Amino acid sequence: MNILKKIWLFYYEGFKNMPKWGRLMWTIILIKGFIVFVIVRSLFFPNFLKTNFKTDKERSEHVINELIKISKNDTIISKH
Amino acid sequence: MTQLFLNIDPSLVDWSRAQFALTAMFHWIFVPITLGILFIIAIMETIYVKTGDEEWKRITKFWMKLFGINFAVGVATGLILEFEFGTNWSNYSWFVGDIFGAPLAIEGIMAFFMETIFIAVMFFGWNKVSKKFHLTATWLTALGANLSALWILVANAWMQYPAGMEFNPDTARNEMVNFWQVLFSPVAINKFLHTVTSGYTLASLFVIGVSSYFILRKRELLLAKRSIVIASVFGIISISALIFTGHGSAVEVSKHQPMKLAAMEGLYQGGENAEFIGIGILNPKKTFDNNEDPFLFKIGFKGVLSYLINFDTKTFIPGINDLVYGNPERGVPSFEERKMKGTLAMNSLIKYKEAKEIGNMEEANLQLEILKANFNHIGYSYVEKPEDIIPHVPMIFYSFHIMVFLGFLFVLIFLVYGWLTLKNKIDKIKWGKPLYILGIISIPLAFIATEAGWIVAEVGRQPWIIQDLMTVGAGVTKISSTAVQTTFWIFSFIFTALLITEVSIMIKFIKQGPSNSAIK
Repeated sequence: MNILKKIWLFYYEGFKNMPKWGRLMWTIILIKGFIVFVIVRSLFFPNFLKTNFKTDKERSEHVINELIKISKNDTIISKH
Repeated sequence: MTQLFLNIDPSLVDWSRAQFALTAMFHWIFVPITLGILFIIAIMETIYVKTGDEEWKRITKFWMKLFGINFAVGVATGLILEFEFGTNWSNYSWFVGDIFGAPLAIEGIMAFFMETIFIAVMFFGWNKVSKKFHLTATWLTALGANLSALWILVANAWMQYPAGMEFNPDTARNEMVNFWQVLFSPVAINKFLHTVTSGYTLASLFVIGVSSYFILRKRELLLAKRSIVIASVFGIISISALIFTGHGSAVEVSKHQPMKLAAMEGLYQGGENAEFIGIGILNPKKTFDNNEDPFLFKIGFKGVLSYLINFDTKTFIPGINDLVYGNPERGVPSFEERKMKGTLAMNSLIKYKEAKEIGNMEEANLQLEILKANFNHIGYSYVEKPEDIIPHVPMIFYSFHIMVFLGFLFVLIFLVYGWLTLKNKIDKIKWGKPLYILGIISIPLAFIATEAGWIVAEVGRQPWIIQDLMTVGAGVTKISSTAVQTTFWIFSFIFTALLITEVSIMIKFIKQGPSNSAIK
């Protein structure tokens, strides 16, 4: 039996013979994974610079202009 | 709290910070147990392999199961932080460049291998691989989890003390020029060791607390006593290292973030023979520019703060006022001086870009030199008023003192539990019930202490997202604050649900105990 088949069987039998609490944990992991990766990431967390700019040059231009703009702006908002 | 956010809706910065703090603090509920309990499990399994005593195997499997629950509920909560970097903190994420990218990539690869290989062997490998192979997997999981934490903490340490990099004005990114300076900066070493040992301490208290529950219920006494022996010995070693590295961290804070140290001690007027406050109530009327007494009540120890920082009571410790107004005699620059240098750095960056655009390389090189000479102050170009460099003193002062007080309480708990268990008296003493209850309560107290530590570290750094280089207002992405609020409440709901899930499943399985659970 080759090593890959042994590894496959190790995982297969591990999951197959998993106790009830282990299955519950995997259910939680899968539900959470779906919420985090599918719902949260795709709907609420697009990567701002990757979404709005095509190249790294455009991204650096944007950021440096932002940093300069923020430092030069004299509209101060202080909040306690 | 005092904030300065130029040209940006302050509620956006507040909500972005609140969202990140919420995610990080929830993530940190799950991580410290994992970091510490894996070593405790590995020690227990080692004893099993050495002695062949099946009871140790049963004990190992019980704690492994609780680790499994914590791991399953907590896994991937940290990934949300990375999403937030890309969405809410895009200026910051770009600016930090590969300083963050490299450590986080290594962390991601290590976590993947650890989780898919070693944890699988831990849970699936009983009776399938040899005892020694299984034990090796358990130790490697423990080491892997802690090494994984190393890279995150190195990245965090860089935000407290940026080292080993050079700013590239053409790409607006910091480029790593010396990996070892980033990895082995004294701040990174202390931060890593202090943080992981806080996890070990917390996990030890978790084991003691759960074992106390069994003793209180007069169940699983052998499991409880053996677990307490391991946890109290591991705990006392861990908390000793925690205190040592906590001291090391404070020394580094005094060098690189003196404002944080001043806030930790409510120190407005610096001096030699500086006082360490044991217990204190801050005067809410005190501000940096009035003459109110900083404390309504305090028990302090003259000279102890100076001594702790440099083993010399004559060591000068700058206070908040020294850092705002400067103290030329002591070589402490004022806010105005740093603001001037920061503005000079920012202006040279602007002129550098303009000179490059028109192809005037001589001027560009001249401006680049000025930028490099003043880059360590560039963040001050974003700060307008002196009070904006002062973090929220009460939050830092109280968090720090709660953490320290609880730390010493934990020392006492480990010593009492360890001594009583080794003398085989832990379940026989007359005043046992209050002790067991204290043991159980020490679990939430440990969480309060470790979260308080993070508040000191992160709120104490304000207004900086990267110390002296970038304010939180400059690092934030200009997106709708309503969107950030929405995700804040979604996360509050998700994290609360996860926490309730974790606690309820944990309690259920603890109540079942090892005897009744179907551990295979």
